[in-house]
Amino acid sequence: MVNQKVFFQGLKSLKGSKSPAIPLAACFVALGALLKDAGFNLQQSAASSLFTYALPGQLVMAESLLVGASLVNIFIAVWLVNFRLYPMTVSLFPLLEHKAQPKWKYYLSCHFLAVTSWLIAKDGYKKINKKHRIDFWIGIGIGTWTTAILMTVLGYLAADYLNKDMLIGLAIVNPVYFFCMMIGAMKNLSISIAVVGGTILGPLIYLVSTEWALLFAGLIAGTIAFLFGEKNGK
Amino acid sequence: MESSQIIILAIIATSLATFISRFMGALTSEKVSVKSKLFQWFNCVAYSTLAALLGRMIIFPAGVLAESDLIIRLVVVVICVVIFILFKKNLVIPTIFSAILLGILS
Repeated sequence: MVNQKVFFQGLKSLKGSKSPAIPLAACFVALGALLKDAGFNLQQSAASSLFTYALPGQLVMAESLLVGASLVNIFIAVWLVNFRLYPMTVSLFPLLEHKAQPKWKYYLSCHFLAVTSWLIAKDGYKKINKKHRIDFWIGIGIGTWTTAILMTVLGYLAADYLNKDMLIGLAIVNPVYFFCMMIGAMKNLSISIAVVGGTILGPLIYLVSTEWALLFAGLIAGTIAFLFGEKNGK
Repeated sequence: MESSQIIILAIIATSLATFISRFMGALTSEKVSVKSKLFQWFNCVAYSTLAALLGRMIIFPAGVLAESDLIIRLVVVVICVVIFILFKKNLVIPTIFSAILLGILS
């Protein structure tokens, strides 16, 4: 059903010099501590990472609960911040597509889509035979997802031992990891423009609209990068 | 409503709002060919959106990171990216170093 060799190849991406385990641990430990602070119990904290598994959305949820936002408002705020997962899925899943593979694998494994797993898959899919790429993805997904859930639990349990300086230190690890991965991915002109343009436009548009910044910055910088690539033959 | 009920409903709302984008992405992917221009466009938009999120996380961070100075955050990111390039794209060293560096500088 799932090609074991390729699955474990994906799972093993947790190890080695490109390991995402440390940044994943850092941010989900911090999330676990934050959720405890926001009044969640252990099961609820674990459930949040199990069912949502998208850190920015979980942060928005915790912050919205603290200010007493309504469920509808939480839904919309989370949808806006996590909408990036839509273009991310569409820019990854066609690469994993194969006629011999059943559709349920794609429908279920899309839950594993998050920045970390996406960056690893984009970095490594070429090495895998087309027919088994979805199993490679499931391996990456199970590895990163499980790490996130366990680290949320650990962060919840360790909350009392983490002081503010330690939490600040943990919070920088993930953006640094993402930045390095993105720079490693800048292999052609259009992606380089997309990354640089997005980095500049994101904070700029944020000054005008906090909620729509990501969407607009992504659309504008991405379209400019695409047109540039088309004109210059990538 | 009891607060634990509100939390459970918030988890459900958050998870649904997140899964919609992933699932719609999986459905759209069935109709998008890797060789098409549409795929290239989605690829650019995905990288830009991610970069926008990162830029925001560093310049206007949410949560505890907001209590550190912007200049210090920028210095940490730049130094760590340089380390990443110098150490042949090793990711473990710059990520561990980033937390230590931020601790020393602030």
